[in-house]
Amino acid sequence: MLIDHPLLGPRDAAEFVYKGDAALIHRPDGAAEGALEAFIDYGYLRDNPAGTHRELWFHEQGDRSWLVVTRDTVTHEISRVELARDVARREGRSK
Amino acid sequence: MRYSGFRVIKEALTGHRGWGPAWRDAAPQDAYDYVIIGGGGHGLATAYYLAKEFGQARIAVLEKGWIGGGNVGRNTTIIRSNYMLDGNEPFYEFSLKLWEGLEQDLNYNAMVSQRGILNLIHSDAQRDAFIRRGNAMILNGADAELLSTEQVMARYPFLNVNDARFPIKGGLAQHRGGTVRHDAVAWGYARAADQRGVDIIQNCEVTGFRIERGRCTGVETTRGVIDAGKVAACVAGASSRLMEKAGMRLPIESHVLQAFVSEGLKPVLPGVITFGAGHFYCSQSDKGGLVFGGDIDGYNSYAQRGNLPVVEDVCEGGMAIFPMLGRARLLRMWGGLMDMSMDGSPIIDRTHIDGLYFNGGWCYGGFKATPASGFAYAHLLATDRPHPTATAYRFDRFAKGRMIDEKGMGNQPNLH
Repeated sequence: MLIDHPLLGPRDAAEFVYKGDAALIHRPDGAAEGALEAFIDYGYLRDNPAGTHRELWFHEQGDRSWLVVTRDTVTHEISRVELARDVARREGRSK
Repeated sequence: MRYSGFRVIKEALTGHRGWGPAWRDAAPQDAYDYVIIGGGGHGLATAYYLAKEFGQARIAVLEKGWIGGGNVGRNTTIIRSNYMLDGNEPFYEFSLKLWEGLEQDLNYNAMVSQRGILNLIHSDAQRDAFIRRGNAMILNGADAELLSTEQVMARYPFLNVNDARFPIKGGLAQHRGGTVRHDAVAWGYARAADQRGVDIIQNCEVTGFRIERGRCTGVETTRGVIDAGKVAACVAGASSRLMEKAGMRLPIESHVLQAFVSEGLKPVLPGVITFGAGHFYCSQSDKGGLVFGGDIDGYNSYAQRGNLPVVEDVCEGGMAIFPMLGRARLLRMWGGLMDMSMDGSPIIDRTHIDGLYFNGGWCYGGFKATPASGFAYAHLLATDRPHPTATAYRFDRFAKGRMIDEKGMGNQPNLH
């Protein structure tokens, strides 16, 4: 697979480390009501869809940026690559 | 029909006209006591033990394709019980004991071959870890023997023991481990279950669950609605897709694992060998092909095919321990789908929905577990209590902090 890095252009997926579902960006608030349940969900349960999947990849052997890659788990086709930082800000994290 | 040497001779003399189909092509009835979803090794074994050991009747196995067309037909056929943790080792040793009696039990030649498995050691720290694991195995009634480099060499003279980077410093052997003809496992269980009245229904995909007031009363399939006293999911590789229909999210990611077979060679590899410094395992099939594999690709996939970086990684592992592998040509390679769980261990448990049971999360170790998985699942279905060797395989172990994490990797499925 080739991942079209927003800054570096197409890079071999072997340069990256895979983390998992991009929903992991949204770590629960530990002080909120029901935090325990939320953390069990966050830590252990996954949607695991067959089809479009947004996921976190870390460019370990490159510029060490985190990316959000939108990829089809049935065909391995990558439709979109963004910096995880931009996605997190857009979705209200790290303000 | 009972298979025997006498029967083979009789059929040979009478033109082989007496052989019938090994199992019926059953059509679905309106209702069953037990509906098992998934006609793989685990599902068929579950049906067989439900009927034989627990005396249950009115059992159906629903398979969306043909039986044995999934992971039981796509693995590297290795059986072993060399685990360490309390939650695992008694279960896998129970499985190995069932393998040892399987062919007589099923009256079917599954070619169970206890040719031994050898985990190679490459450092002092690894020897310490393997001694610990070997002792845990012995404490649980399994067999384990620590071999010196000389003992390893006597058995496998072609190994590259003086490799500069990964010298071989010995090995942990389990002589009762080995290989089994994987397809014959599915066929043997199917035939034996069918003889005990189990309906094996192929080309019957489950499209939904009938759930009323927190109770599962049946399944919707491509061949109509089937009512059921108890519904048992057993579809490792596709567990998330199936259980989503019941509104469940699982502690599982689906990953692709590749496997490889070389062209047929004369006998060179008498047992199963695993590389300790990377991830590589290899045996030689009775047809002569070297059957080998390594790591999963490492990203969520339902594609049943992998990518080239892992091919390179696996072949490098093989070349590091026996360079003669480089002379062999690759004949076939394929990918299968793994339920990678959050701690690398499986789940055999009730769900929060009455009458709906779950078996999955086998990571890439499901084949060796087939008999015990079927037995333990049948025990759970028939008695509503977990089998004594499978009490740790609960859904709630994640919330309660009782992970069974052999490799100590944490909740990162692609590292198990």
